[in-house]
Amino acid sequence: MTMIFGIPLPALLGQLLIGFINGSFYALLSLGLAVIFGLLRVINFAHGAQYMLGAFAAYLLLAYTGIGFWPALVIAPLIVAAISALIERTMLSRLYDLDHLYGLLFTFGLALILEGSFRWYFGAAGQPYSGPQILAGGTNLGFMFLPNYRGFVVVASIVICLAVWLLIEKTRLGAYLRAATENPQLVQAFGVNVPLLLTLTYALGAGLAGLAGVLAAPVYQVSPLMGSNLIIIVFAVVVIGGMGSIGGAIITGYVLGILEGLTKVFYPEASNIVVFVIMAVVLMLRPAGLFGKEV
Amino acid sequence: MTSLSGSGVTASGERPATAHPHARQRSRSAIGVVIALIAVAGLCAAPFFVYPVFIMTVLCFALFATAFNLLLGYVGLLSFGHAAFFGGAAYFAAHAVKVWGFEPLSAILLAAAGAGVMGLLIGLLAIRRQGIYFAMVTLALSQMVFFIFLQAPFTHGEDGIQNVPRGHLLGLIDLNQPLNIYYFVLAIFLLGFFAVWRIVHSPFGHVLQAIRENENRAISLGYRVERYKLAAFVMSATIAGLAGAMKAIVLQIATLTDVAWQMSGEVVLMTLLGGMGTIFGPSVGAALVVTMQNYFATSNVPVTVIIGVIFVLCVLLFRRGIVGEAIRLMSRR
Repeated sequence: MTMIFGIPLPALLGQLLIGFINGSFYALLSLGLAVIFGLLRVINFAHGAQYMLGAFAAYLLLAYTGIGFWPALVIAPLIVAAISALIERTMLSRLYDLDHLYGLLFTFGLALILEGSFRWYFGAAGQPYSGPQILAGGTNLGFMFLPNYRGFVVVASIVICLAVWLLIEKTRLGAYLRAATENPQLVQAFGVNVPLLLTLTYALGAGLAGLAGVLAAPVYQVSPLMGSNLIIIVFAVVVIGGMGSIGGAIITGYVLGILEGLTKVFYPEASNIVVFVIMAVVLMLRPAGLFGKEV
Repeated sequence: MTSLSGSGVTASGERPATAHPHARQRSRSAIGVVIALIAVAGLCAAPFFVYPVFIMTVLCFALFATAFNLLLGYVGLLSFGHAAFFGGAAYFAAHAVKVWGFEPLSAILLAAAGAGVMGLLIGLLAIRRQGIYFAMVTLALSQMVFFIFLQAPFTHGEDGIQNVPRGHLLGLIDLNQPLNIYYFVLAIFLLGFFAVWRIVHSPFGHVLQAIRENENRAISLGYRVERYKLAAFVMSATIAGLAGAMKAIVLQIATLTDVAWQMSGEVVLMTLLGGMGTIFGPSVGAALVVTMQNYFATSNVPVTVIIGVIFVLCVLLFRRGIVGEAIRLMSRR
């Protein structure tokens, strides 16, 4: 058996794959956080709850209406986006003129309400959710065994990240969005409906979290607390990358997922804290983050 | 971005509304002293009317929230990781008493010092970022502390350190007697509360408030803002540790709940609900939150949801908090 640094190659590649999948979710979630922060200047603490909401929407669609994975991949994020847009319109939009900390505190309360309600109704235990039939089983790549669905998650997350990046950097809507990030008053004066743009942005970010939740449902179990621990790691990812750039958020997400996977192989005890340790080191060496400019 | 617009009412710094600002200020601080004396008298008599462990729990959380408010209310720094100091000190105190056989007071002081050292390390990193990033950095670092405590052998993982003996204060006073431990806890609470009050009203405290109001101006006046922030962070962490260590002795247990991020959220809520940037606010908020948790603990209602709803309502409608609103009503008259 091939060994690398005393670790059997299949074990190394297996952890690398797990790291890559975790990284996919870090990237999707930190992308959504960065999109929301870029325009709204709100740290969306409810991002983890919205991710959980996406997973539960898919689970409930299957359980009550028999709608399977593929339709749910579209419907569940739309549900999350619609709920989030409503919340933004009715409540969050009142806080934009205040200190940014209030946005953080509001979304923190929101996260507690969502997670608390689901935990009260469904219990803390996870619910299994099976992925699509067509992706059941796995492929033997010769050097390792790749479960098809996990391979799909990696590819799908890369495609989604690229699509969002293109949407923001290359389309007319994206141009409005970037302009409004620079100077909302001026963009409003040019006749762009900035409040609508804010709502759409929040819905887009929350929808991305919901989409990540649907993708995560077959990999991890669907549980009310699935988002709350993840979101803190994603915060660390965002601090490391800096929220100045969309691309930076995506790359940092993948890299940290992979580093975390490697830590599981070489020094398992530290795998829980490696992201935070990296954050501490980055703060010492480059306080604004790797891709960031201080806002 | 660090100034909190909702906290414009402070114990000492409000705008003079009439032609006799000093007279008004003096009468205001006289009212404060009277309220404080009544509160102390009430607390001395309380164990004869209310279950002492309940009041002691409130006192621990009130001190925790007061320490947290030193940072949020007077420097404008939102730490989302204060549970690390509270829970960390709870572990230190429990371990010192149970395994090393320390006397309770020295264990508490040792644990508070330990929390202060943690505060120095975390603070050094956290003050490198401002505003909203500061909150995220403290949250992430406290989560790291959580995982360290989860894996460190002395904390006994999910079980925590249980059956912590209360012991004899200075080897003389038996803290297993309810009244003895009650007055011991009350004394430490008053000491910690007075320390925060002294800090806030010292020249140092005024510099902190200047940083909250306008950091750039404080820098251009020649203040080394980073040092002030770090000092305030360490002080806040130490006093939060004092509260956590006391909690470990009172409830005789130190668990992962004390270091988890939910605890950091709770102390934010207590401060917000009571009124950030006010001296008495955090204690009022702590009393309300602990009472509410006790009340709903036996019912079917999920406490997390209620805490979330109060959070949302406070942020949307009630940003001054209870004491903040009261001060506003009084000064309007």
